[in-house]
Amino acid sequence: MIQGSNMAEAHPVGFQWVMEAKARGAKVIHVDPRFTRTSALADQFVPIRVGTDIAFLGGVINHVLQNELDFREYVVAYTNAATILSEDFQDTDDLDGLFSGFDPETRTYDPASWQYADAGQKQEGQGRQQHEEQRETASALQHETHGLNVEGDPPRDPTLQHPRCVYQVLKRHYSRYTPELVERVCGVSQEEFLEVCRAWTEASGRERTTALVYSVGWTQHSVGVQYIRTGAILQLLLGNMGRPGGGIMALRGHASIQGSTDIPTLFNILPGYLPMPNANQHESFQDWIDSVRHPGSKGFWDNAGAYAVNLLKAYWGDAATADNDFCFDYLPRITGDHGTYRTVMDMIDGKVKGYFLLGQNPAVGSAHGRAQRLGMANLDWLVVRDLFEIESATFWKNSPEVETGEIVPEECRTEVFLFPAASHVEKEGTFTQTQRMLQWRTKAVEPPGDARSELWFFYHLGRMVRERLADSTEERDRPLLDLAWDYPLHGEHDEPSAEAVLKEINGYEVATGRPLSSFTEMKDDGSTLGGCWIYTGVYADGVNQAARRKPGREQSYVAPEWGWAWPANRRNLYNRASADPDGNPWSERKRLVWWDPDKGENGEWTGDDVPDFERTKPPTYRPDEGQGGIAAIAGNDPFIMQGDGKGSLFVPQGLIDGPLPTHYEPVESPFRNVLYGQQANPTRKEYDRDDNPMNPSPPELHSDVYPFVFTTSRLTEHHTAGGMSRYLQYLAELQPEMFVEVSPALAAERGLQHGGWCHVVTSRAAIEGRVLVTERLRPLRVDGRTVHTVWLPYHWGSGGFVTGDSANDLLGIALDPNVLIQESKVGTCDVLPGRRPRGRAVLDLVASYKERSGVDVDPGTPIVTVGPDADVHDHRDPVMRKEDGDP
Amino acid sequence: MVRTPLDWPVLRQLRGPDVLGRGPAARSRDTEELTPRTKTADRVVGSVCPYCAVGCAQRVFVKDEKVVQIEGDPDSPVNRGRLCPKGSASKNLVTSPLRQQTIRYRAPYATEWQELDLGTAMEMVADRVVKARNDTWQDIDEKNRRVRRTLGIASLGGATLDNEENYLIKKLFTAMGAIQIENQARI
Repeated sequence: MIQGSNMAEAHPVGFQWVMEAKARGAKVIHVDPRFTRTSALADQFVPIRVGTDIAFLGGVINHVLQNELDFREYVVAYTNAATILSEDFQDTDDLDGLFSGFDPETRTYDPASWQYADAGQKQEGQGRQQHEEQRETASALQHETHGLNVEGDPPRDPTLQHPRCVYQVLKRHYSRYTPELVERVCGVSQEEFLEVCRAWTEASGRERTTALVYSVGWTQHSVGVQYIRTGAILQLLLGNMGRPGGGIMALRGHASIQGSTDIPTLFNILPGYLPMPNANQHESFQDWIDSVRHPGSKGFWDNAGAYAVNLLKAYWGDAATADNDFCFDYLPRITGDHGTYRTVMDMIDGKVKGYFLLGQNPAVGSAHGRAQRLGMANLDWLVVRDLFEIESATFWKNSPEVETGEIVPEECRTEVFLFPAASHVEKEGTFTQTQRMLQWRTKAVEPPGDARSELWFFYHLGRMVRERLADSTEERDRPLLDLAWDYPLHGEHDEPSAEAVLKEINGYEVATGRPLSSFTEMKDDGSTLGGCWIYTGVYADGVNQAARRKPGREQSYVAPEWGWAWPANRRNLYNRASADPDGNPWSERKRLVWWDPDKGENGEWTGDDVPDFERTKPPTYRPDEGQGGIAAIAGNDPFIMQGDGKGSLFVPQGLIDGPLPTHYEPVESPFRNVLYGQQANPTRKEYDRDDNPMNPSPPELHSDVYPFVFTTSRLTEHHTAGGMSRYLQYLAELQPEMFVEVSPALAAERGLQHGGWCHVVTSRAAIEGRVLVTERLRPLRVDGRTVHTVWLPYHWGSGGFVTGDSANDLLGIALDPNVLIQESKVGTCDVLPGRRPRGRAVLDLVASYKERSGVDVDPGTPIVTVGPDADVHDHRDPVMRKEDGDP
Repeated sequence: MVRTPLDWPVLRQLRGPDVLGRGPAARSRDTEELTPRTKTADRVVGSVCPYCAVGCAQRVFVKDEKVVQIEGDPDSPVNRGRLCPKGSASKNLVTSPLRQQTIRYRAPYATEWQELDLGTAMEMVADRVVKARNDTWQDIDEKNRRVRRTLGIASLGGATLDNEENYLIKKLFTAMGAIQIENQARI
């Protein structure tokens, strides 16, 4: 199942394995708004309306539950299907698209009613305040790995008949997601839909597994996290998690984007998914640790104290002692949303002085390019480190805003430093690829001229800043002066040793320098240090395990001796689930990890992969009542990071927008939500500002001003914002020009000529491109009328060998409440023939659309569209307006 | 080498076994004398493709301290020697004539770039970091919470960088009190 991904074009070399599977008899299904090379090679292609995947997958869940096609033994033993929920829980069908606990004022939930029955009820309102804060700080990114906090043993009904057990709640929740509804919402025929249901369920179970692939076609939505959740529910119901040939594959798009999440350059987490301390929640060291380990609860996070001490010790070395809580006070505190989009707004408002861009090009690559560039034009200084002179370095002299006169070079105060960066072959270090595997790169040559690695730049910047503060007695400078910042240097440029940094990340014994082999060796007394506990083992025995390159053909198909995967070189997470509760493989052809009673003293887990389970904990192990931590996980509970050891079909904690995925329309949509009164995600994060207008959507008036749906994605020959492709001759020649893909029907409706020009208009921008008329895009029949989809690649800008307008300029900023990712895969627009106006005239065009749609009066959209507090914008009503701008 | 009339391709074709002219008869001497760059390289090092996150292993061929070829590594269980158009063009990424090799500096209100040497540029950035940090420092925030941080310095990037680099970046910014540190993983 490939959905929300054009794998053949965006991850072509990974796609060879899909084709291998197909050659061996696997059926490949591609669900996507556009027919691509992935569709061409699939057995079945299902065109779907952009932004309706939860309705589609919810339909599959309904099909599975109504026909009892779930892998029942797996579901009862390994998921929370049997767990009984609190009687206070009310579902979206009861509340017209909202869950119980909603407060329209703050647009957040109090999740008290979502809990398991008999769970200690939290004080009313406390949860709501937490949700407000969790939305601001994207804390679901932490929950992703921290898992559920479950105390005690919530009641279960293994017969799955109890009306409040998760299985029954799930069944009711999706009972309206029928084939008829899927057809009406998604534009997918019932026949095509049922064929997908049949294929998916027939290829799942004891003898067979189905793998699910997604990419940013799923994540970049205001309900992005819930898209993935829907996929996870299905894969759990069908018994496809933790098993060979199953699972959910997130195809990530940058060489080390997984690494930059694990060892984050992200505002809300520290290495190994430890939370950045929040001034509201983590007053003391112990508060901070307890917020991760949840004292008394079950699972592997029980050792969080050791992981945190090792990180602090790696940061502050000798200065970090038990007496000063290992310098916990040195960590700066977050207090809310400090994400990249909030920061850009703060730049526009003049609150940010300096900005570093490190191999990233937000002028082209981030949503709402105009806001990005206007923000950069209002800094004191900007440091850009890149291989090429990218658009984010030249916004002051060559950008759409210079063309419109909104940025005048002589009036723009931003000081810009463009530093040339070393390329991937001019430095050594590790990338972490999309399946958590670290691979070491050997340096081939020296970087040219003044080009340097980031390792060089930040090491020496740190050194120079510390030198400037060396005599300071200010308390605020202690964290910098006490920082462990002593790395061996080599070569003519004094390059820091990447291997020494990797050893610090891995961790070692402070006294002896002996590298740790596993995070289980980490101590909470300061005798060991380690910068990222999940990476411990990558430098086991003093050997750079990420540099291993034993040829694939000389080892098993799991290839454990190529590179190193976290955690513990485990290639398949939760692989205990590949064996049945008794520890035997579910079937011979699907065996991966199993219990061998004859191995070791009293039996051991063994198999092709490193077992994701305590090696000697037998399947028959049952915890004593009242036990906590790892000991509380039973021998037949494979999901060891979860507080109950079970896969979560229903998520009582950790998600801001509800415990079950629910179909909401995209923020910008031509359609009213046919399932519920609530139109779009009620808890989404929006920045309601004049410079961030959103196009109107029902129940608001005037959505017809922007009648078409657009989506964007990649071409094989370019890479994201083009900074690593438009500046190369070969790639520029292969894909030389920005284009706009439309169906023949839309071309006829708007008078667009294949090969000619068109321009696309939203309330943010108007951009142009060549017209590509193709049947790869099909008009879909949705809720009784036809909807046209426009597709654009987003790679172009004003720099490089080939130039063009940037598709991301079309987008506004509306974010998923769980992780603060932007909804950039779907918006509404108009398309007109010919080139766009030049100079100020383009602003006039955008303004005329805003006036016609009422966006000029109020840039926001109504968010809560159900209940007595429904937020309806009367002033956009033509009767209420003095002048109706509609033609 | 001396060319004789007998070397004419048509004569070679008629004299030799390759009468259809689709094999050796059609090969020119220039072709015969070609050697792949991979054969004459001084050394080969193992690398990884810098584009998407599939993690295709590469072999980088170096001659006279220049990258002369980048190919997929056939030993890799991930890509088995294969690369996509971007990975295949990654030598061009390294050797593109558009690559920046010197510092470019744009003064406030300037209309053009000027050159700056690396040492000076580093000193200037260090000065600005210290000043911005001091000017925007917060021991406590507007709600009287202890925060010890600066909201004056932000950073974006990391998904294209090495783990070791991201580690030092986060470590330094955290010690500095800068918290608006983000990368493509949010996006």
